[in-house]
Amino acid sequence: MTKNKLWISGVAVPVLIAMMLLALSSRVTANAEPSAPAAAVKIDNFVFGPQALTVPVGTTVTWTNSDDIPHTSVSTEGVFKSKVLDTDEKFSYTFTKAGTYPYYCTIHPKMTGKIVVQ
Amino acid sequence: MPDKKQDLIDQSLQDLNNDGVDRRGFLKCMAWAGTGLVWTMSGGVPVSRAFSKGYGKDAGKGADFTFVQISDSHIGFNKPANPDVTATLQTAINKINAMPQKPDFIIHTGDLSQLSKPSEFDTLDQALKSASAKQIYFVPGEHDMLSDNGDQYLQRYGKGTKGSGWYSFDHKGVHFVGLVNVANLKAGGMGSLGHEQLEWLEDDLHGRSASTPIVLFAHIPLWTIYPDWGWGTDDSEQALSYVKRFGSVTVLNGHIHQIMQKVEGKVSFHTAMSTAFPQPAPGTAPSAGPMKVPAEQLQRVLGITDVNYMVSGRSLAVVDSPLGS
Repeated sequence: MTKNKLWISGVAVPVLIAMMLLALSSRVTANAEPSAPAAAVKIDNFVFGPQALTVPVGTTVTWTNSDDIPHTSVSTEGVFKSKVLDTDEKFSYTFTKAGTYPYYCTIHPKMTGKIVVQ
Repeated sequence: MPDKKQDLIDQSLQDLNNDGVDRRGFLKCMAWAGTGLVWTMSGGVPVSRAFSKGYGKDAGKGADFTFVQISDSHIGFNKPANPDVTATLQTAINKINAMPQKPDFIIHTGDLSQLSKPSEFDTLDQALKSASAKQIYFVPGEHDMLSDNGDQYLQRYGKGTKGSGWYSFDHKGVHFVGLVNVANLKAGGMGSLGHEQLEWLEDDLHGRSASTPIVLFAHIPLWTIYPDWGWGTDDSEQALSYVKRFGSVTVLNGHIHQIMQKVEGKVSFHTAMSTAFPQPAPGTAPSAGPMKVPAEQLQRVLGITDVNYMVSGRSLAVVDSPLGS
């Protein structure tokens, strides 16, 4: 019996903790989902549009390449870096800290833009 | 075989000859996709012609040697106005093979591929195997250095080169220098050679006789054509300062998918057409993206065998366009 009890408590404690964590994380997700901010940057005619985009902290920005030519979206300060985006391909990055994030297309460096996170 | 198309081309060249720069005429010139330029070295003075079926029997006569420049094959591109860039590259190669004077070698001034994919490089290699000229010199375009900092390009085409793929060689008394201006591009900038390559270039040219003809080739133009579209190289002036003392300097570039020529003192600058698709003249479109040609025009655009020859020399030398900064 004592062995059994010990076994139960040995399993029960971690299970309880796991359950609590699950509940906690699911609540966080549930709370975050409706308000998770998203924003879009369209790459069109060798231009990032809008060129300057202001978003709240936590926003996921998605770049979409609408050109016939591949582009990239790469942070000038090394914060984020997309792979090469061919036509209609997308890249997303979530900004968790306030600040100004300049970026450019490494293939066509005249193409620049910035994300302002507040 | 002069026909209507030939007349049209002749007329456009006539326009160019008459007033130096004719935008409409120029647009026709740059619509000759699927071709390359043949270079004839005669006494250190290079002469260029777009090659065609009507390439004269005397072409290349008395020349010391001939070489061909092709550019911007963009293998992997499959959108309007050219869904089959491999076929147009093959057309260019067939024309090279049909030249009356066999070229000693071919120079490819970059953008071999569209997305630096191994399959694209494979297709290019396969097509180039059919070229009668077996020696091909490459420099990379920005499309050849995507994703992997150009590692794959270097492995395939840049063995024995320096840095990101620059090198020089001598051929029958002419000194050739292949430069890379598509690596480590800075935000807001244009093409860039970088400090290390410039130092190497200065050293490479040092001690050579001023009478040695020099040919520089790189992907992005080494003269500023249109800064808004990044059509130039930020530190090209420094590179050109090293060749000022030479009596004959020729600078060959691609990247802008149209012919432009300029002569500045003893330096002549030329950009080549693409074998894949045309791009708009500077400032004539919202962006430098591929120029879409209506389907009914595509055949004519690709029907480059009708072109007799490309005007070379000073009549086109001032096509600098109203670029301004």
